[in-house]
Formats: sequence, structure tokens, C-alpha cells
Amino acid sequence: MTETTKNSTTPESPGTLAGIVARFETPETLITASRAVRDAGFRRWDAHSPMPVHGLDEAMGIRLTILPFIVLVAGLTGGAVGLLMQWYTNAVDYPQIISGKPLFSLPANIPVVFELVVLFSALTTFAGALLLSGLPQWFHGLFANRAFHRVTSDAFFISIDARDAKFHENEVRRLLESQGAVSIDSYYDPIKERQIPTLIYWAVAILVVLAPIPVLLIAWAREVPSSRPRLTLFMDMDVQPKYKAQNESPLFVDNREERPQVPGSVPRGRLDNDTKFVYGKEGDNWVRTFPESVPVNLETMQRGRERFTIYCAPCHGQSGDGDGLVSARASQRMEANWVPPVQLYATAVRFQPVGQLFGTISNGVRKMPAYGSQIPPADRWAIVLYLQALQRSQSGTVDDLPEEVRKKIAAH
Amino acid sequence: MSTLTLPLDDNTTNDPKHRAPLIAGDQSLETLTDVVSGIVEQPVVPRSWYVAFAVSSALAAMFFALIGYLIFTGVGVWGNNSPVFWAWDIVNFVFWVGIGHAGTLISAILLLFRQKWRTSINRFAEAMTIFAVICAGVYPGVHIGRVWFAYWLAPYPNHMTLWPNFRSPLLWDVFAVSTYFTVSLVFWYLGMIPDLATLRDRTQSPLRRALYGLFSVGWRGSARQWHRVERGSLILASLATGLVLSVHSVVSFDFAVSQVPGWHTTIFPPYFVAGAIFSGFAMVVTLMVPARAYFGLKDLITVRHLDNMNKIILATSCMVGYAYGVEVFIAWYSGVHYERFAFLNRAFGPYAPYYWTMVTCNVIVPHLFWFRKWRTTPALMVIVAVLVNVGMWMERFVIIGISLTRGHLPSSWRMYAPTWVDIGMFIGSFGLFMTLFLLFCRFLPMVAMAEVKTVLVHEESHAAQH
Repeated sequence: MTETTKNSTTPESPGTLAGIVARFETPETLITASRAVRDAGFRRWDAHSPMPVHGLDEAMGIRLTILPFIVLVAGLTGGAVGLLMQWYTNAVDYPQIISGKPLFSLPANIPVVFELVVLFSALTTFAGALLLSGLPQWFHGLFANRAFHRVTSDAFFISIDARDAKFHENEVRRLLESQGAVSIDSYYDPIKERQIPTLIYWAVAILVVLAPIPVLLIAWAREVPSSRPRLTLFMDMDVQPKYKAQNESPLFVDNREERPQVPGSVPRGRLDNDTKFVYGKEGDNWVRTFPESVPVNLETMQRGRERFTIYCAPCHGQSGDGDGLVSARASQRMEANWVPPVQLYATAVRFQPVGQLFGTISNGVRKMPAYGSQIPPADRWAIVLYLQALQRSQSGTVDDLPEEVRKKIAAH
Repeated sequence: MSTLTLPLDDNTTNDPKHRAPLIAGDQSLETLTDVVSGIVEQPVVPRSWYVAFAVSSALAAMFFALIGYLIFTGVGVWGNNSPVFWAWDIVNFVFWVGIGHAGTLISAILLLFRQKWRTSINRFAEAMTIFAVICAGVYPGVHIGRVWFAYWLAPYPNHMTLWPNFRSPLLWDVFAVSTYFTVSLVFWYLGMIPDLATLRDRTQSPLRRALYGLFSVGWRGSARQWHRVERGSLILASLATGLVLSVHSVVSFDFAVSQVPGWHTTIFPPYFVAGAIFSGFAMVVTLMVPARAYFGLKDLITVRHLDNMNKIILATSCMVGYAYGVEVFIAWYSGVHYERFAFLNRAFGPYAPYYWTMVTCNVIVPHLFWFRKWRTTPALMVIVAVLVNVGMWMERFVIIGISLTRGHLPSSWRMYAPTWVDIGMFIGSFGLFMTLFLLFCRFLPMVAMAEVKTVLVHEESHAAQH
């Protein structure tokens, strides 16, 4: 890396002769000398100048570089990559209709194609211009020649490589002298051992060995299961100060997420100061009449029938016979613990106060579970009303029938 | 050396019998190398450089501290809020990208047109391009909110089986700005290799020789190397020419493709490009006038160079003024109620001072450059250039900010005000820019020596013929 540093003066014991370098005073003499060197048939040689010299390429016989064609290929590749990438990602692999635009249409895809053409071409131009010039080449015999350092300031040089088939040191010197060279020097191959300090070799070697470690650690962390929660540098939305079901919450001192009711507070719609309506009781006694808030009419009764069919009929049966599907199945299986439901029109039930019927629905009895938590009080009262109609229907006499029906029966 | 008898500091006259020299003073290849390399090689760095560096790097540190604050707290630290979701962040992004355009124009388009005066200023202007694009790139990066997912912008196969939407101008912008930065950097570096080799060959310090040696990749000034690098530069110039026109066009698509009144116009691409070149040249002049005096580069960057740049500022000012006029005309001519309102709101709404500052600085003030005295007097031209930069910042705010405050739905109208973080980051971005710029002046060749040498040799041979 620092060869130029080490060999800034011509070494005491030069290595292999690498070539001859001659300095010229002006760009014009450089051009005429270059023409002469080319005419002498040399092939491995070069002219050096602090800036591009007009006409030098021609004098040296340098052919036009193929760089533009390489760049053309790179540009076309960039365009094709851009087009294919957009077509595959947006029209094939992840088609998504946005604002009614077509999945693939040139106008929307031109900007990215253009940018990729430019990007591919520019990077290729850069790499191509250097690589075709034989760069980077940090070590070269010419750098050891102190006088040559003026090439980047104000001096012009011709260097002829010793590996050229026509190279004979004395002839080359004579030729360059005849072309008006101001000074002529030999230059030597850079001494190998001095090119890169061993320390740097070792540093690079150690880095190469260590480099995969972070990658391997990441891969290991991704592949091996762990019971610890993953590291989260940025919380994103994974962790938020909010309630989540069945969790504790640090937001309260007692860490409970479900908050107990504030003592003395009543949830909306739960104010049970009307004990007749909510419990069916007055004091310790079952009430014998419906509460005032329950209208005793056909509408309530029909609501009661609907609720009865949903909640009661599965056991008690549609007509209250105690032959509902659940009960029938239990009897069929001869379940030892099964207590069959009573007939709802049985005398024992029939003469109960309405409050007691309401209480039974609310709290359950024997095998019957409590329905208080499932059926709102108004609906329980509606069921009780329908129940009364049901009981009445089972204990009716002929006198209860309308006149016409009785006549029809009598006619039989 | 020169047979011309013009006064040393005046090469701005156009005598048809003589081509005015681009390089003043009795410069030879050697003195030219000495002047430019001397800036980098001076054994004792002047205290003023350290003072300037301390100030600007402190501001740059503030910039990064505020970015950290933004990332760890959230974008709410900015003044952005519904409906103004794009505010100073995007204003500053567009402002800085625009500043960069002068460098690319000088190094690319003027190279293709063989404008030899570009050689003295292109290194400087290209450096400015790169630093401005760095400042610009920071803004959309941190504006997206969850910065640590910025890589989602890239089309790479991922476990979410998602791809970016290539029909969105925002994604075009990602490609345009990153390509612009890469190509500018490569172009700048390729042209700088011969000059880095000059520094490598001159320096006495082993460390500097190692570093300049590393980056000059073993340049030997060989004719074959020159041939390929020159060809490469021409190709890069052609590519970058397309970029100059495309980058700000794509930036303008971010707005023009939307349906916000005041954004949805077809004139945006050329209008943005002209504005970008306008602001970029103003920034080059602003920085170059003090730099050429401070670093003793008056012979290389002559009044003629400044004069030429001021003419470009004048020309682009006229284009920008024309665009303002066309915008207003089309808003009226379209007959669209919302468009008309958007422009009336700009000129006479609550943000009217911004609009009229913009018009004054961008359309009226640059006309001072019709006068030769203003074009050729450094102190005067800096005043105009600074005002142009102020005006161009206002233009970005007028377009982006004001249009958003009052959109289609009056119930969603809301005024916008920046927070201290917005203001601090804007000042901080200048700190970052100046820090990079001062480092550039200190460690890299400010003038493209090899290119100026070709001009010098050319002029010498012409002078010899007379």
C-alpha cells in the first residue's frame, strides 16, 4: 500500500531492470518522440503527462477504447433488469390494483428503468475506465523514480518496458536521446518483500477470519429456539401500555387488569331497588301479582312463549309435560342421577305464587340450573305469564271453549 | 506568456479579436500545481479554518442530536400534522436536492458543450452537489417515521412476501435520488484521481502519501489511462446530463402526480429543473466568492467565471419567473375552482408574505444581473445569490406547505407552524453541509488541476500563434 513511501529514492541495490524512462520538456516534443518510438516498433511502452495531451493518442497509435460498447451492454442490462423487476414484482408475484392503474404499463415504469440504465452504465463506466487502464495498480517500478513524480505536476515522460521484444538498454537510451529527452533513467521492479508490510497481511487475515462471526451469530439466533423473549431494540407496536385479556397490567398498583367496582357504584341498568321486579319478593314472601312494570297483555305473553321455547322447552317440552328432548334422552339412557322435570301444570306448580315461579327460573331448583344470569328480568316475567296460560290450557273444561266449538262437539 | 493586455483582474470584456483568457496571472503548469496543492499542503492550518470548522461541526452535531431525538420520540416533535404531513422536512429535502443540480450541470452539460470555463469550478461545484444530496437524503430517511425499517424501500425478497409499489412516484424518487448520488460521486471521484496522484507525489507525510496513494489507485498519467478516463468522463457526462433533467423532474412527480390543488400541474418537471439549477448556481456563487478570496484562487476562478455563472442565474431566473406566470395563468384558464383558490390563497392568503418574498427574491432581484457592475463585483453578486437562495427556499414552502394547509375540504384546513426541532434541523443541515465542505477544502484538490492545465496549454499555444 505504501510502496511509494518506501522507495521514494532509487534503492542502493536495484532489483530487476523494469525499463527506461525519459523526460521531455514540452507536449510537442513528447508527441514527436512518441511517434519515433512507435515507428521503431516498440509495443510495451507508454507516454506520461500531467494532463491529456491533444494528438498524443494518434502519435502513439492508441486505438479507441471499447469502453462505450461495454457501457452500452451494461445500460441495456440495467434497463432489462428494471423492466423485468417491475413486471415480476408488481404484475406477477404481488399483483395489487392501486388507483385502478394497470399492473404493468410502461409510463409508470419508465422512471425506474431510466434510473437503472444510468446507474448500471455509470458504475460500469467507472469500473471499466479504471480496469481497462490497468488500475488499480498500487505498485509500479516507476514510482521508485524520484524524478518521475513530476509527471503529475508539469513534466512529460516516455517509459519503455524492459519486457518489450525489441528492448536493448543502450539502443533505447540512444533513441530517446536522439528525440531530445532531457534526462534518461532506468527504473526497477518494486521489491516484493516491501510491497505490503506483513502487519497488514496479518491484520487482513485476522479480519477475514473474524468477519463471518457476526453473521453466524445472527444466523444462530434466528435458527435456535429460545425460551427467553426476543430482544426488541425498537418497540414498534409489539409492546403498548394498554389492557390485554388475561394479563397483568403494570398500570395499577395491584397489577390487576380487571378493575373491581368502585364501592357504592351501580352499573347502568343494574339498579335493583324494585325488589318485586328483580327478585319476585316482597319482604320474605313471594309476590302474588305481576309487578307494575310488566304489562300483562298478549304482546308480553307472545314474548314469553318465544323465550319459553328457547330456554325451557328443551327439558320441559313444548306443552310443559316434562318430555323435552333433553329429558327424553336422559330417560332413554336411564341416567341414574336424572331427576325428570315436573309437569308444569301439576297442582303443586299451578298454585304457586307468580313470584315463586319467577324465583325458580331465576335461581333454579333440584336439577334445574339458575337462569337469572341468562334471561333479563323482564323476559323472566314474560315467561311466567306464558306459563300461566300453559297451565290454564291443561286444566280447562268444556265450559272454557267458545260457544260455536261447544255446539260442534255436542253435534258429534 | 499571454500577449493580451487586459488588466489582471478583468477578463470579462469580449473583444472579438482576442479570446479573453480564462486563467489570469502568469501561470505555468508548475505554479498552477503549487497554487492548488498548496492549499491542501500548508503546514500550519490557519486558525480561521479551525473556528469555521468548530462552528459548523457543532451545528452538524446538533443536526444528528435532533435526528436522534426525532427517532426516539417520534415525528410528532416536528410541526407536521393533519393536513400538513409534508412540511419543512420535504421542503428542505427539495431545497437541498435542488442546490446539488449546479454541480452536475457544470460537470456534465457544460462538458458536452465544451465550455472550457467549467474546468476551474467543476470540482468545487460537484463537491457541493454531493454534500447537498447528503443533506437532502437525510430528510426523507428520517421523515418516514420508523427509520429502522428504511430498508423496506428496497425491492428485496422478504418473509412478508411483499414488494414495493413501482407505480408510486415516491419509489421513483428513491431510485432517482440514490442513483443521482451514486453517479455524482463516481463522476467526481473519477475526475479527481489524477489530482489525488498529484498530491500523492508531492506530499512529505507518509500517512498522507499512503492515503492519497490508496485513493489515486496508482495513477501514472499514462496516455492509455488518460484516453480511457477521458472517454469515461464523456460517457458519464452524457449519463449525468440525463440525470440533471430527470432527478428534479422525478422529485416534482411526487407532487404533480397527486391531486392536491397547486400540485397537480404538468409544468412541474421543467419548472423544478430550472429552479434547481437557479438555486444551485446561486449557492455556488455564494460559496465560491469567499472561497476564492480566502484560498487565493483568484487567478484560476476569475471574475469571468463568476460573470458566466451570474448570467446563468439571470437566465434561469427568467425561466422560473415565466413558470410562476404560467402557473397562475393555467389556474385561471382551467376554470377549476380549487386551482384558482389555491393560487389566490398563495398570493393573498395567510401565508402571503412567503409568496411575495419568493417573487421578489427569485423574479425581481436577479434582474440586477443585467448590469455588468452587479455581475462582476463579488460583494454585490453575493447579496443577490443569497437572496436567490432565500427565495428558492420560500418557493419550496409555498408549493409544499401552503398547498396542503388549504385543500379541497375546508373543514380540514389548518395552519402550519414549525417547531424548534424543525428550525434546529434546518440550521443543522447547513452545519453538516459546511462541515463536509470545509473538510473538502482542507484535504482534497479544490480545483481540477489536470483539466485547468489542458485549458492553460490550449491558451498558451493560441497565444504563441498571435
